[in-house]
Amino acid sequence: MSTITAPSGAPTVSRFRWRVVDIVTASVLAVACGLLFVLWNGVGGAWFAVADAFTPGFGGIAVGPWLLGGVIGGLVIRKPGAAIFVEVVAANVSTLLGSQWGIETVYSGLAQGIGAELVLAVLLYRRFGVVAAMATGIGAAVGAWTLELFLSGNLAKGPEFLGIYLGSLVVSGALLAGLVGWLLVRGLAATGALSRFAAGREAQRRA
Amino acid sequence: MIGTRRVAPPTHLDRVNPVTPFLAAIVLSLPLLVTIDVVSASVALVLGIAGLLAAGLRPGTIVRRTWPVLVAAPLSGISMLLYAQPAGRIHLRVWLAVISDDSIALAVAIVVRVLAIGVPTLAILAGIDATRLGDGLAQVLRLPARFVLAALAGIRLFGVLREDWDALAAARRARGLGDGGRIRRWLGMAFTVLVIAVRRGGRLATAMEARGFGHGERTWARESRLGRADAVLLGAAVLIVVAALGAAIATGSFRLVGT
Amino acid sequence: MTAASIRADGWGWRHAARTRPAVAGLSFSVEPGERVLLLGPSGAGKSTLLAGLAGVLGDAEDGEESGSLAVDGAHPATTRGTAGLVLQDPQANTILSRVGDDVAFGAENLRVPRDEIWTRVREALDAVGLAVDLERSTAALSGGQRQRLALAGILAMRPGLVLLDEPTANLDPEGVVEVRDAVVRMLDATGATLVVVEHRVDTWLPVVDRVVVLDPGGGVLADGPADAVFARHGDALAECGVWVPGHPVSVERREVAAGDELLRASGLVVGRDAPVRPPVDLALAAGTSTVVTGPNGAGKSTLALTMASLLPRLGGTLAASPTLAGGLSPDPGRWRSSALATRIGTVFQEPEHQLVGRTVREELGIGLRAVGVPRAVHAARIDALLQRLRLDHLADAHPFTLSGGEQRRLSVATVLATGPRVVVLDEPTFGQDRRTWRELVTLMADLVADGAALLSVTHDADVVRVLGTSTSTDRVVGLDAA
Ligand SMILES: Nc1ncnc2c1ncn2[C@@H]1O[C@H](COP(=O)(O)OP(=O)(O)OP(=O)(O)O)[C@@H](O)[C@H]1O
Ligand SMILES: Nc1ncnc2c1ncn2[C@@H]1O[C@H](COP(=O)(O)OP(=O)(O)OP(=O)(O)O)[C@@H](O)[C@H]1O
Ligand SMILES: [Mg+2]
Ligand SMILES: [Mg+2]
Repeated sequence: MSTITAPSGAPTVSRFRWRVVDIVTASVLAVACGLLFVLWNGVGGAWFAVADAFTPGFGGIAVGPWLLGGVIGGLVIRKPGAAIFVEVVAANVSTLLGSQWGIETVYSGLAQGIGAELVLAVLLYRRFGVVAAMATGIGAAVGAWTLELFLSGNLAKGPEFLGIYLGSLVVSGALLAGLVGWLLVRGLAATGALSRFAAGREAQRRA
Repeated sequence: MIGTRRVAPPTHLDRVNPVTPFLAAIVLSLPLLVTIDVVSASVALVLGIAGLLAAGLRPGTIVRRTWPVLVAAPLSGISMLLYAQPAGRIHLRVWLAVISDDSIALAVAIVVRVLAIGVPTLAILAGIDATRLGDGLAQVLRLPARFVLAALAGIRLFGVLREDWDALAAARRARGLGDGGRIRRWLGMAFTVLVIAVRRGGRLATAMEARGFGHGERTWARESRLGRADAVLLGAAVLIVVAALGAAIATGSFRLVGT
Repeated sequence: MTAASIRADGWGWRHAARTRPAVAGLSFSVEPGERVLLLGPSGAGKSTLLAGLAGVLGDAEDGEESGSLAVDGAHPATTRGTAGLVLQDPQANTILSRVGDDVAFGAENLRVPRDEIWTRVREALDAVGLAVDLERSTAALSGGQRQRLALAGILAMRPGLVLLDEPTANLDPEGVVEVRDAVVRMLDATGATLVVVEHRVDTWLPVVDRVVVLDPGGGVLADGPADAVFARHGDALAECGVWVPGHPVSVERREVAAGDELLRASGLVVGRDAPVRPPVDLALAAGTSTVVTGPNGAGKSTLALTMASLLPRLGGTLAASPTLAGGLSPDPGRWRSSALATRIGTVFQEPEHQLVGRTVREELGIGLRAVGVPRAVHAARIDALLQRLRLDHLADAHPFTLSGGEQRRLSVATVLATGPRVVVLDEPTFGQDRRTWRELVTLMADLVADGAALLSVTHDADVVRVLGTSTSTDRVVGLDAA
């Protein structure tokens, strides 16, 4: 971390206040995730639909990439609301570009974002390692599972299905969202693109 | 890209504030999401499509905008058919999958419900102009201007995505990095485009602050208001929901999810 | 808004990613309404100072501030909107997707009432001479139009302090004068204070009151009316990199006989989707230098990229001679990327796309590896090049955090490192101070003397002079407006 001297007369700000660069970067990440969602709506959407139809709950394995927004947003911005903001804006981008779930995509984004956000909040926005990332992915997965009780009417399904579905979602959330998201953020940080963020400075030596 | 569509002929929907389709979609979808019966879903679907046609959307346009949901809907019923809690007569049992009277009814209901929510919402949401939506979100819904405008600016960065992509492909080829498997190369470029976008985002934030952005209140060069067309669209959404739930209750088929 | 004053007392800033401050121990003041030209070698901290004056350097997360800096007596971060800043990278100045919205953006943030905003927007666009529809997409503007748009966005804010970071780099000579005159009109109308950074001083000397020269080691090197400063310190300033008027640069060119022809374009039609200009015939021979000039949008970059076989040609032929092809097909478009990189090197107009490494050193190693230079000599070659281009202290820095001029030198260095036989350079010298310019052009001249074919696209009259008219085989190709 940099040594911090209080600059003369410059306004001091709280650790949790969003700078403009936080908001813009979160938006950029969100649009990127939104475009990824649109691509995944095709590939992952087909996989999900088929697996969901013919296996009891294993469709959840395909869900991880849709949970990436919350993980990446939380890990990069490290401020309250980042996971929700990125996941929701990404879901909106996906909706406006025409996803097969219409407005439901936005609800999903919200539920998944809240799931991820809760985990980060429990960690007091202080832990952003690989374990925290995977936990965040799992949080998003649980959010998705909860919403789908209504969204897909899963409340009407049997306990075996719900159990298997939760399990496969959690695995997917931990790996395809948590681990992959963590790797992506690490890669981004290594390029120096995140030099204005703590996530970027930890990865970079000073030159 | 976002905001560059609207090739279809003008419709009444062009006159609404872009936030209204969102509100209408929420009004329409939330009650349907907690219910699961074929009557409410069917009524909502029929009235929804009738509303779209009345608004001036051509059937062709509706199909073009909503084909993903038309394809996905039938599949969504299969899972319900096989794994819903069995009730009534049981027709087939294979490992965890059980097809029963009740699961058949639920499956049909969920397919119609997916269509009833998906078709109208997709049709009214697809291709909304991002700039006008931003105006509406900040002025009508009073979402924080900092976030709305920064999101808009972030979206603009991807307007130059294709140019970035082409330039990047050329640069990698020039530097001897353009060989190798197509998928690997594409993944590498996708990542680099992301890096460039994030970096531009950083500079964009600086440019925005340099123009006084980020401090409390601001004015708006373009006013965003709700008008009669918005009232009509919202009213239509309310009417559809009331009619759908009313029909379900009247016919005794009303059913909350999970009951 | 009334004209603003500036006062710096031992001010400095260290970017969080750096160990050394970008600016240190800076003390000077500017009275309201003064017009100041800010000079200094590449990397001296000019852009950093302007960002500081605009209050956009960020907080303790972004870097470390020392001393004090005040605009109208207050810390710039608290008086945002007093200053209007046009950033060095023209792309970065565009914020929204419609021309009208983009110009209105600053005024909205300053809470100007709605009706007045549109009056200001129209006035601003008029003042900078940008006559396009308010609904026009900001993505569809040429380089010169984009610079004007950025100025209009500042103008509509009616700032008391106008900060311009190389506002005319990359413009054609006509555009340079037009943009400068737009700025002067705006200052005459508002009386605002001006601080402008530009390496090429000739444009601005007639309209500024004073020059301030930053010392890269910290503090101010010279300060005062231009004539007095240049008369007293001219030689010393020229030595450390300032383009002092009356101190022309010269680069030794060796006369070499033209060698084999390497690349020939016949009836070459260039363009992205549609042709941008009539067919071009051009042959590049070993040991010769060709300079391409022409107004903004004439199609110079498009031609350069097509010659380098990085854009598909729309017609005509592009043929590599057997000397260049070395057993490969005569059509460079069919070569693999690694084969192309060892034969035709390209420097893009926009450095950003070209840089892929994580550090400056790694960036240069990539090319060496691609052309198969033995690993053992990598370090020595890289170090020599870094030193020559004054990037040695940045060897471990990330390429994207370099200053404008440093980034340009690095992108040229990536190609020079591998020494291909045909070298295509698009605006290789923009953003350079006198000293780094000289190093760059000397390296380019050496390439020619060593038998490479050089194709340079440029708006820089000194490049035209040195690389286009010095030897009997030099050539200048002027493209007219498309
Ligand atoms: N965002 C940044 N992060 C880290 N270092 C930076 C950043 N921006 C600039 N620097 C470094 O600070 C120093 C001063 O850079 P600055 O851009 O202010 O120079 P400059 O005088 O404008 O140069 P030029 O004429 O080449 O544009 C340089 O060494 C540069 O590498
Ligand atoms: N990436 C692009 N996509 C589409 N059109 C482009 C692109 N880049 C340039 N053009 C267009 O092609 C034409 C020629 O542009 P080019 O960049 O070759 O001009 P130039 O002579 O290099 O100008 P400058 O001096 O401003 O660099 C212009 O009309 C320009 O608008
Ligand atoms: Mg600079
Ligand atoms: Mg060009």
